[in-house]
Amino acid sequence: MANVYIVGIDMIAFGRYPERSLASLGAEAALLALDDAGLSIRDVQALYCGNLMEAHLMVGQRILREIGQTGIAVVNTANACATGATTFREGLIAIQAGLYDLVLAVGVEQMGKGLLGGGKRPDGFVEEGVLGSGTMPAMFSQIGLEHSRMYGTTFTQFAKVAVKNHHHSTMNPKAMSRRETPLEEVMAAEMIAYPNTKLMCSINVDGAAAAVIASESSARRLGLMDRALRVRASELTSGPYTPHEFAIPDFNLVTRNCAHAAYERAGVGASDLDLVELHDCFATAELVHYENLGLCSPGEAGNLIDSGSTALGGRIPVNVSGGLLSKGHPLGATGIANLYEVATQLRGAAGARQVPGAKIGLTHVCGGTPDRGSACVVHILEKA
Amino acid sequence: MPESTRLPLPAVNFLRFDDEGAAYLQGTRCTDCGAVAPGVRAVCNACGARSGMESIRLSERGTISTYTVVHRSFPGVKTPFIAVIVDLEGGGALKGSLLGVKEDPQEIRYGMRVKVVYRDTGQTSSDGRPFYSYYFEPRGVP
Repeated sequence: MANVYIVGIDMIAFGRYPERSLASLGAEAALLALDDAGLSIRDVQALYCGNLMEAHLMVGQRILREIGQTGIAVVNTANACATGATTFREGLIAIQAGLYDLVLAVGVEQMGKGLLGGGKRPDGFVEEGVLGSGTMPAMFSQIGLEHSRMYGTTFTQFAKVAVKNHHHSTMNPKAMSRRETPLEEVMAAEMIAYPNTKLMCSINVDGAAAAVIASESSARRLGLMDRALRVRASELTSGPYTPHEFAIPDFNLVTRNCAHAAYERAGVGASDLDLVELHDCFATAELVHYENLGLCSPGEAGNLIDSGSTALGGRIPVNVSGGLLSKGHPLGATGIANLYEVATQLRGAAGARQVPGAKIGLTHVCGGTPDRGSACVVHILEKA
Repeated sequence: MPESTRLPLPAVNFLRFDDEGAAYLQGTRCTDCGAVAPGVRAVCNACGARSGMESIRLSERGTISTYTVVHRSFPGVKTPFIAVIVDLEGGGALKGSLLGVKEDPQEIRYGMRVKVVYRDTGQTSSDGRPFYSYYFEPRGVP
């Protein structure tokens, strides 16, 4: 498979921008990424745009109206919380296929506050509270308690994830929330769905991130190899059948399958990784994904967080950006924003939160809803 | 008002009423791989079989696989409540709400035996018919 590189990547500071248009947020990220590569929209052969809430509203074309309508191919993608990463992957595949040698991938989302979803069905019935719960925190709490059931994982261990990621975010100027949250504060915060308190839930924010993706010949011709990141693996899975299919998606299996494929593709193992940005949409999710990504053995996730191994300075730092818990989770932007974090780390440009000597990093996003299904993307990046 | 307008409406399409008006849960079993799913299916989503889908009644007994106590939900939804995932005897799994147990993690055991019960949800359609749903309640040792 031909080598493909990220030659420019950036994100806007995640936050709330109610006065801004969705397209202007995406455009800002696109221009930042182009600036990072020292390129212009006129150099770009195709635009891949990820957005969930306005997936049918030609977001990519609207972004080009802001930054230059060159008439290039635009592909608009949506794939639950894996939207941004799927978008990036589509651009990468087009380069591998030889269609293009320089493309732009943008992920952007504008979100309100509060719980996602809800409301009445067309027949007027409200399922919530009758057919269990369809809220995201409830679903990921059930996944966390399944881990507790099997391995005895505790509320305290889940809460430590939030303490760690909020600590990391104090070193990330682009994170939405940048303050320390001691364990007592996390555990005493409003209970949303046991065991996830409010400080253990990702923040709904507005955000955008973008990447310029290039073939090897293009990266060399443009003299961009110095700061380029090689994409060693880019894998996408959907939720395979499990007996729980009609009750709850299996975010463990879809991630394990994706991670396995990514390690195989890259020819590396979890022990070769220097850092991981994984999908901590809720504190409970981070712990189960330690095992799904092979960072520890099954049943050891509680011990891994207790040992401090996944904090900055530990054996395998996880979510040094602050993660979705504190950086925020603008659905369509998240998958490219975590690529930005790993790229920045591999370039040695992460400042106070730098993982010393980072050479190889992994990003993971995973999303879905009950009664629909799930999607997972794993990328492995290496400094070129 | 005609009698039919007061007939209960099922909250999910696999909740059915038999000729005597008794509720049950309709399901499908694949005779190829044995997978059980709620509702009527023509193709098995576990193995892809396109024939041999057998219509069954889902079991009304099961065990709690996992749960959460929901304290914050969508606007207008009464909290707290217990949201459970239940493995049914003989196959299939459903999400639902657990009744008859205090909304406290200390009160809920993994593997707790439960039974399906049918209740009026208190919600009505625009033409005034009550929505009925399945719920779960604890059951003793058989």
